[in-house]
Formats: sequence, structure tokens, C-alpha cells
Amino acid sequence: MAGAKEVRTKIASVQSTRKITRAMEMVAASKMRRAQERMSATKPYASRIRNVIAHLANADVEYQHSFLVDREVKKVAYIVVSSDRGLCGGLNVNLFKQMLREARDWSDKGVAVQYCAIGNKAMSFFRSFGGDVVASVNGLGDAPHLSDLIGTIKAMIDSFENGDIDRIYLVYNEFVNTMTQQPFVQQVLPLPAGEVAEFRDEGSEHRWDYIYEPAPRELIEGLLLRFIETQVYQAVVENNACEQAARMVAMKAATDNAGDLIRDLELLYNKARQAAITQEISEIVSGAAAV
Amino acid sequence: MPAKVHCDIVSAERQLFAGLVEMVVAAGSEGDLGILPGHAPLLTALKPGPVRIIKEGGEEEVFYVNGGFLEVQPKVVTILADSAERAHDMDEAAAEEAKQRAKEALEGKSSEMDYSAASAQLAESVAQLRAIQQMKKKFGGSSK
Repeated sequence: MAGAKEVRTKIASVQSTRKITRAMEMVAASKMRRAQERMSATKPYASRIRNVIAHLANADVEYQHSFLVDREVKKVAYIVVSSDRGLCGGLNVNLFKQMLREARDWSDKGVAVQYCAIGNKAMSFFRSFGGDVVASVNGLGDAPHLSDLIGTIKAMIDSFENGDIDRIYLVYNEFVNTMTQQPFVQQVLPLPAGEVAEFRDEGSEHRWDYIYEPAPRELIEGLLLRFIETQVYQAVVENNACEQAARMVAMKAATDNAGDLIRDLELLYNKARQAAITQEISEIVSGAAAV
Repeated sequence: MPAKVHCDIVSAERQLFAGLVEMVVAAGSEGDLGILPGHAPLLTALKPGPVRIIKEGGEEEVFYVNGGFLEVQPKVVTILADSAERAHDMDEAAAEEAKQRAKEALEGKSSEMDYSAASAQLAESVAQLRAIQQMKKKFGGSSK
């Protein structure tokens, strides 16, 4: 049987690990609340800009912006939103798996796939996995700012406009609830046909003529750009909430496991101690009998 | 009592203002605008500059926006504010930087790599330290 002293040190070490995981769980819980608030704070802008684009799309129906036109797909790009740090369970791995499945479907069809990595974990994943990464950003922290993302998004949109990329997808975790996060792949560019039709529909109910300053075509360009930026930003914020939730759950499990481990070790320790005492007594008794 | 119109000022990151106002004054791309209730429907780009709103009862509030869009509908005025300062060449530079980052990170030269190397080193020295402490405990006079 293992020496009582070794067991005692082991218990102490597991106890301090448990202290850390418990602290991380609580930190993640409070960060998750804030991340959820940030998530809901982005909603008004997104819904307003949708409305405005819906009106615009109806105002000039003949005009087809390149963002709205589906073209033949020769190259696709995935914008992968991951966390900057680990210790959040299978969050990132599940996301990458989902993305690879989709990417494989494309490469089977002979379509080249490019990636844009947001977050440290995506970057280190592509470093070991390989893959054509064209743009990246990391170290966004717990409170990401849109301004940190603009460059990356612009790089992708530029290649779309140049015709280097024919379709852009956004890959991130969808926040279902605290216990569930789901990998989610969303088409960003060109805007999915369903969404375009929705734009046209929404506007038709209440149409009025706007005064445009400057012309509608210039406006729609700027608005679509912002709409896409908002989508990516929302994905980053939502993924952040997912990260905190996943970390909270993972750390809770770790804390519970540490508790189980400590209980088992304590049993082992008591057994070892008892065995030592019993042995000592029997030695004394047999010693006394021998005298 | 003067007429009022609902006004929303939102940026991508948060809602800045929502409420009834008597007047909105903003810097449009084609010139400054003053919007009173009952204004004709209008959609315009905004230049970076202050947006002044006069709330119910004449109280004024000023927001600074880095450009954006202003939409006037019969019952609501919406300002979609850009949350970041942006100029065309700045966006261009940021895009260039993003590509550069990707390249450097793949080649393994970025600061993040330094960080992971440093943390590996730290973990190693912590392990050494712990080993030394354990050895001390073992050989430096124990009761059992």
C-alpha cells in the first residue's frame, strides 16, 4: 500500500487544483453574464440596419449589388471565430470539426478553400493542421471591439469584390443556453437568397419614398458593408459568451472530479494509516509475548 | 406643447439613446441637417461629428458619432452610428495588417508564439522548483 505521506501530499495538490478550478468557474460565470449583456446590446443595431437595407432593396429593385448576386463557386472562404484561450471543454474542437466537414465537401467538388482565423485557437489549429490562411486577428479579449475586426473583414470583402473568393462563410458557436453551444456555419457573402427575398418582402408592406442623400446605390454599398461587419462582430461576441459558458461548465466538472478524487484519496490515506497502526500494535504485542 | 418624434441612436456595440425628442441635428454627408417631427422620409450618410438632440422639455444632449447613417421615417428617427473611426486608407492599412498577421503567425514569428514559448519555459521551471521542494522535504528531516 502506498505510503501515507505520499497520499497526503497528493491530497494537498488536488485540493489546490480544486481551488483554482473553482475560482475559474466563478470568474467564467461572471464574465458570461457580461458577455450575454454585450450580445443583447448588439441586437438593436442589427435589426435596424436590416430594416434600412430592406427599404433600400425595395427602393431600387433593378440594381443588383455584387454582394447580392450568387455566382459560380470556384473558391470559398471560412471566417473561423474561435476563443483566445483554452480550458473551455470541446468548444473549439467541435467548431473546427464542423468546419472541416463543410470544407471537405467543397474540396471534393474541386473548390479551393481559404480561411480567415479570428482568435488564437483558430490560428494555432491552422498552424498544425495546415490550410490557406489569408487573414487573422487575435487577442480580442473579453470585450471585443468592432474596430479590431474591420481590417480582417475588409481583407475578406476585398477578395470577394476582386473575384478571388466567390463565397464567404462565417463559422462560430451559437449560444443556445448555458449548457449548450452549437457550432454554426452561416453564409455571409453573397447574402443568402432567402435573406434577400426577406428584405424585399419586409419593405413591400410599408413603402414610402425616401429622400436619398447621396444616391441609393452609394448608400446601399456602405450599409451592406456595415451589415456584414455587424454579423461578424455579433459572431465574435456570441462566441465569447459561448466560451465563458463552456469554461464555466468545464471548470464545474473539474471541480466535482477533484472532489471525488480527494474523497478516494482520503479513504486510501485512512486505510494506510490504519494499517500502519495495526502493524505497530501487533509488533508491540508480539514483542511483549516474546519477552 | 411641441411635437415629438421617437429617436434611436444605436451603434454596433450598444444602444446609445432611445426616447422621444423634439429635434435632431446631425452632420449629413451633403450638409448639416435639423430634423423636426413630421420630416419627410430621408436616408443619408453621416459625417463624423456631433449629433445634437433636444429632448422633451428642451434639455439637450450631444453624442459624437464617427459617421454612420441617418434614417427618418414618419414616426421614428434612427441613427446608425459607426462605432469606430474609419477612413478609407485606414481600413486599407488594417486589412493589410490582418493579412500580415496571418502570414507571420503561420511562419511562427508572432508574439503569441513568444508567449507560448515563455509559458512552456515557465511551466518547466515551476516543475523544477517543485521537484527541488519535494527533495528538500524528503531528505530534510521528516517525522515518518
